[in-house]
Amino acid sequence: MTSRRKFVQQVAALGTLSAASAIAPTLARAQAAKLRVGLMLPYTGTFAALGNAITNGFKLAIEENEGKVGGRDIEYFTVDDESEPAKATDNANRLVQRDKVDVLVGTVHSGVVMAMVKVARDSQTLLIIPNAGANAATGSQCAPNIFRTSFTNWQPAHPMGKVMYDKGHRKVVTLTWKYGAGEESIESFKEAFTKLGGSIAKEMYLPFPNVEFQPFITEIGSLKPDAVFVFFAGGGAVKFTKDYAAAGLKDKIPLYGSGFLTDGTLEAQGASAQGLLTTLHYGDGIENAKNKQFRYAYGKKYGVQADVYAVQGYDAGLLLGGGLAAVKGSFGDKKALYAALEKVKVDSPRGAWTMSRAHNPIQDIYLRRVEGNANQVIGVAWKALEDPARGCKMGA
Amino acid sequence: MRTRTLVLSLLAGVAVLAFFPALAEKFYVQLVTKIMILSIFALSLDLLVGYSGLVSLGHAAYFGVAAYTLALAAPASDPANFWLTLPLSLAASAFTALVIGALVVRTSGVYFIMVTLAFAQMVYYFFHDTRVAGGSDGMYIDTRPSIGIAAVDLADDLHFYYMVLALLAGVFVLLALILRSPFGRALQGIKVNEQRMRALGFATRRYKLAAFVLAGTLAGLAGYLAAAKEGYVNPELMAWHQSGVVLMMLILGGMGTLLGAVIGTFSYVLLQEWFSTLTKHWLLLMGGFIIVTVLLFPQGLAGLPRTLAARSRSGLREKNGDA
Amino acid sequence: MEWLIQILNSVQYGLLLFLVASGLTLIFGIMGVINLAHGSFYMIGAYLAFSLTQWTGNLWTALPLGIILAAVLGLVLERLLIERLYHRDHLHQVLLTFGLILVFEELRSIIVGDDVHSVVIPAILGGSLPLTENLSYPVYRLFISAVCLALAAAMYLTIQKTRLGMMIRAGASNPEMAQSLGINIRWIHALVFAAGVALAAFAGMIAAPVSSVFPGMGNQVLIVCFVVVVIGGIGSLKGALVASLLIGFADTFGKVLVPELAGVAVYLLMAIVLLFRPAGLFGRG
Repeated sequence: MTSRRKFVQQVAALGTLSAASAIAPTLARAQAAKLRVGLMLPYTGTFAALGNAITNGFKLAIEENEGKVGGRDIEYFTVDDESEPAKATDNANRLVQRDKVDVLVGTVHSGVVMAMVKVARDSQTLLIIPNAGANAATGSQCAPNIFRTSFTNWQPAHPMGKVMYDKGHRKVVTLTWKYGAGEESIESFKEAFTKLGGSIAKEMYLPFPNVEFQPFITEIGSLKPDAVFVFFAGGGAVKFTKDYAAAGLKDKIPLYGSGFLTDGTLEAQGASAQGLLTTLHYGDGIENAKNKQFRYAYGKKYGVQADVYAVQGYDAGLLLGGGLAAVKGSFGDKKALYAALEKVKVDSPRGAWTMSRAHNPIQDIYLRRVEGNANQVIGVAWKALEDPARGCKMGA
Repeated sequence: MRTRTLVLSLLAGVAVLAFFPALAEKFYVQLVTKIMILSIFALSLDLLVGYSGLVSLGHAAYFGVAAYTLALAAPASDPANFWLTLPLSLAASAFTALVIGALVVRTSGVYFIMVTLAFAQMVYYFFHDTRVAGGSDGMYIDTRPSIGIAAVDLADDLHFYYMVLALLAGVFVLLALILRSPFGRALQGIKVNEQRMRALGFATRRYKLAAFVLAGTLAGLAGYLAAAKEGYVNPELMAWHQSGVVLMMLILGGMGTLLGAVIGTFSYVLLQEWFSTLTKHWLLLMGGFIIVTVLLFPQGLAGLPRTLAARSRSGLREKNGDA
Repeated sequence: MEWLIQILNSVQYGLLLFLVASGLTLIFGIMGVINLAHGSFYMIGAYLAFSLTQWTGNLWTALPLGIILAAVLGLVLERLLIERLYHRDHLHQVLLTFGLILVFEELRSIIVGDDVHSVVIPAILGGSLPLTENLSYPVYRLFISAVCLALAAAMYLTIQKTRLGMMIRAGASNPEMAQSLGINIRWIHALVFAAGVALAAFAGMIAAPVSSVFPGMGNQVLIVCFVVVVIGGIGSLKGALVASLLIGFADTFGKVLVPELAGVAVYLLMAIVLLFRPAGLFGRG
């Protein structure tokens, strides 16, 4: 009796499942004309604000194009990736296999994006990355269907090596989280700094997203370097600058960082961040018409100030729109589409830029100083910086 | 009687699962593949918890070690050799289980639970904090391992599905046989009363260690398959949350009945898929469900008939005025 | 001189850890319940600090309010759920409290959200003491250490020197006998559990300004607490104190001396202790 009951239970369960799965796709097919865009971004957790900014920027770009891309309407499928690399493959598969999206857009966290890159390569789905800077995505894992509108972790940190050397610093200590974005930033900085003749006294790491900085700050105090270079973002960046100031080091050992240290966090950081110098591909006070128009439109629509993440999302929308317009909205000839995307000159609020051969922006990196609640651009740290795309076998 | 139940269920289950891909969408084939892999993981834990009475809260460590071994052994862009990498991964899990097991079988009761948890965390932090395998970002495996037989291409989801099904059936049969053997009987005896077994002359510590290593190796098999399927490994594979989840699957399905492990895994994952369509806070539902299950149905789904029968029997007794 | 500051860092971390772990080891030692949700109470405390400080305006008023709320939560939880676990085997305790973790995490997510928050340090404690030519030590961290020490002393006095403490100790060594002597064991258990919850929550509250308030904080602290209890011995407050300080030092100095293995260092310590004392340093066999 027991075994029969179990048997029936099992068959019933699996039967229902099969029936449901057989019906579902038929319903979806009926709307084939719309372009299916899958947004895989963090909407909860430490990077939630970034996920929202990117989405807002993307949708603004589409709206400015009459709500269409290449003449087609858009149907959005959204997944909250929670910045969790462990769930990334499942989440990406849900969009690609179950929802059958034409374009995958995402994400913020470099670990998550690598899973997306794998799924995109395996399924030949177009992937546009509006933030995650993992070098490999447009490096060793580059592919014709993968594009990025943000940066590689290498790009914003590299010019800081020169900036700090020119300021006379020769012995530097670094600190960051032990994850892809942190390590690639530090490595890039180290490359530039040591090439000019500087030396790194100690490279320190703490596990992501730990924010107990006290032992490390104490260690910095005892090493007494000329300066400190860090990579932190979001809540961690806020805490670090505050802890650094609370330990009395702010005025004694100058602190520098890649721009994420002070982007989107200044209000929370207050006095502890004033005067900090950072490098990034965007900043406040960029004087070009597109930037002014973009910031006005964004502020009006969403009620908050635009930031670098919004710009990257906006550019992703511009890229998709430009590429699809060139092939009249058709996804039939993928090669033609990818070629069109490669040639798009993105009229971005950060300044117009073009794609490198590995599908990453070639862009200016600005030097900014924190003044009040703004990251004021005080110069260009490096003009038209192209990521070396190490290991990329495309378009040699 | 038990054997007949097991054999019937096994045949029925294999038949249904073999037929399933003909009806279902690619996404669901992948989902069931994942469930089958997790079933192997749950079965391995059932050997420890359900039959030997060793509550390990760190079983995911061996799952993860095998997964990472494949990731580290796989070449950069060519498919790995299945016949080389599988034994290697199993050996890695077995070795880890041996080392940790040797230390933990010296403890018992609640200490055992806590130290298995703590050692699993050690393995987790080793992979999470060092760059040996990508740290918290994880590592990916470019292509699925190749079996070397022309007709079988593991990169094809359907072929992979059937291979996993075959392995699941194999593990099920293997465990059923082991549990009927003298070794298996001794383990069950240890669960009931370890002191008595020792008095009877059994070197209980060695039996426990053997069970621990065997369970760890089978968990490694599941880990290898998981890594091969996803093409991506990450320290969260061995987080204690994962160990807790597989325990939940066991209690949901019913411990100490091999079938319960499989039923529990299917139920848990399907419940998860269902709950997540209801709300983004589906873990709340899952947590509540677990609490209710533990309080009211500790025998799980497989033991549901027994629980209900016992309830109605005691209800009748009360009605008839018996003690 | 910088070593002194690292020692201060170690002690502060160790004492905070002791505050959380003491609840865990007490609940275990006295009621025999392994409670995986203990880390959640720490997290709840931190979020309480955040929400209450926003509501009342400063941390001083938030603290007593938070402690009361946490104690009430503990009482309710004990009466409703934990009581049913006393005679169940450990596996069921593990699973039920694991389910509780999920419930608490999601409730928190629904009520307060998943963002990372900071809690403002009260102005009086906001300064830093210059200790070396470069480094100052935040006064607030000294405050944390002082409070934890005071609480540890209070706990010791209560358990060793008061009537209540005597009843608790009696209930721990022989509940049936204590019951038949007229001690209300049910009430004692509820009290101890509520106290454990309140201690963990209080630790979370005072730690919030220096650790930030984020979703995963409960799980992080739970595992380390388990290690503390294993090293120190179940039910031993003295063991928990010694183990917490040991871990504080291993972790802090590990981070700057052997950063790659700092995370593993704590577990190595545990493994070594287990090799020689399987019941912990002060455990009872």
